[in-house]
Amino acid sequence: MLSDLLQFSIDALTLGSLYALMALGLVIVYGILRLVNFAYGELIMVAGYTLYLLGGSPLPWLVMAVMAIVMAIFTGIATELVAFRPVRERSVTAVLITSFAFSTLLQNAALLFISPRSRQVPLPDLFSEVVQIGEIIVPVRNLVTIASTILLLALFALILRRTVLGMALRAAASQFRMARMVGVPANLIISTAFAISGLLAGVVSLLWFGRIGSVVPGIGLEPLLVAFIATVIGGMRSLPGAVIGGYVLAMIDTGFNYLLPQDLLAFRDAFTFSIVIFILLWRPQGLMAGPATGQRT
Amino acid sequence: MLEVHGLQVCYGAIQAVRQVDLEVQQGELVTLLGANGAGKSTTLLSIAGALKSSGGRVCFEGEDITGISPEQIVRRGLVMVPETRDVFADLTVKENLRLGAYIRRHDLVGFRKDIEWIEELFPILINREEQAAGTLSGGEQQMLVIARALMSRPRLLLLDEPSLGLAPTIVEQIFRMIEKLRQSGLTILLVEQNASQALRSADRAYVLSLGTVAAAGRAEDIASSSDLRAIYLGA
Ligand SMILES: Nc1ncnc2c1ncn2[C@@H]1O[C@H](COP(=O)(O)OP(=O)(O)O)[C@@H](O)[C@H]1O
Ligand SMILES: [Mg+2]
Repeated sequence: MLSDLLQFSIDALTLGSLYALMALGLVIVYGILRLVNFAYGELIMVAGYTLYLLGGSPLPWLVMAVMAIVMAIFTGIATELVAFRPVRERSVTAVLITSFAFSTLLQNAALLFISPRSRQVPLPDLFSEVVQIGEIIVPVRNLVTIASTILLLALFALILRRTVLGMALRAAASQFRMARMVGVPANLIISTAFAISGLLAGVVSLLWFGRIGSVVPGIGLEPLLVAFIATVIGGMRSLPGAVIGGYVLAMIDTGFNYLLPQDLLAFRDAFTFSIVIFILLWRPQGLMAGPATGQRT
Repeated sequence: MLEVHGLQVCYGAIQAVRQVDLEVQQGELVTLLGANGAGKSTTLLSIAGALKSSGGRVCFEGEDITGISPEQIVRRGLVMVPETRDVFADLTVKENLRLGAYIRRHDLVGFRKDIEWIEELFPILINREEQAAGTLSGGEQQMLVIARALMSRPRLLLLDEPSLGLAPTIVEQIFRMIEKLRQSGLTILLVEQNASQALRSADRAYVLSLGTVAAAGRAEDIASSSDLRAIYLGA
């Protein structure tokens, strides 16, 4: 019983860490622009293909990992330059369409230049090792996932609290125009948000591919959906909310994995969504309300 | 120092500012008066770069700043305090002031010195540095947004209705503070509903009506002019 509980906790925390990072990467941009970046999942895809392409090389895995993260950051910034900046001041619809288009463009590039079939990504040996904790056997990558997420979240919180750029990001999330009127450049804030989004997507991709092992062109859809649902649960505008939403969603998912009988497991997502609907009926704003004010920028 | 020529600003199809010409000289305190909806806030926002104008020209210290972004205008030494106050509610008072000094963010020594000066000017803020700005009272928030604007060390300050909705004692404090700032050499363009008080402190005044300048002149002359009432009533 106790070991079941421990197993459940580790499973839920592992999945929750991934979901939390996914959600945070989406909400950091949403919080400032009030726009969902539909090309967000493709950042994860780009990092995955970077790993795959570097796979045959003699580089140490850590170097490949860093390059994958850099590519995700670079793609994040490119998304902003290509899909957001030119049409940002026009209309919401225009941005939604351009970010969709950019997402499709990246997916099709992967289809065309690489392959529609899945490709193995290189992983360090550590990711296939296991350790025994009490009576249960735990993959090391789960512990790596949990630990690196906690580290990353702590670092992120520190940057938001302690640096002027972090303060500017927080200010811009509720008062974008006013932030500009004290001298904070709009483009700096927006590019930074996209770069952070890319960084989070890059880290997620390492941990996510560590779980699933291979990359396909459509890989970005699930992270985008997960991130979206987690942020809806947590409150679309709140960064801590996104993290909490990620962990809550993972707990629900993992809980059903444990509780549902085998023949109902195929319908797990339907059960999960019902719970999500109940949460939203109970708290339409999500678990954490965002900053009180704020207009679309 | 500031020259505005034929300014026009629209919200969609509504033309809120039709034709505004005004000028502020170095060291002056100029007030911009007018009934609710006359276009005062729109004029200031447009000068500060927060709203795009559809016609006219704004020059600051001899340079054309029409259509320049608000962040660049702050860098040039012109800062605005909007009537909506807009404190960064989730940030502490100190963080608000840090961001006010954003354009000088590497000058930590100057920042500390300015904080002392701010505390002298707004003693109310002293014990609240670690408090979230959203939890301050209306008067304290007004002090904070003015303080935050001053942290950029502007040469021209645009103040939009700093006394709006505040208790008379606070209003008096704010006017005294404006007087002090002006004596320290800061040039100020002040928008006010509270015309009599504004006219008492100002050198010159403009009266806006329906988006155009209906009267302009020395503050005493405007104060004694019999049209003022009529203009305020929108006639
Ligand atoms: N955001 C807005 N959208 C549309 N119309 C606006 C907006 N802000 C102000 N207006 C209109 O512009 C006119 C001038 O407003 P404003 O500049 O706020 O006047 P004042 O500051 O003198 O009270 C008013 O008729 C007002 O209704
Ligand atoms: Mg106004």
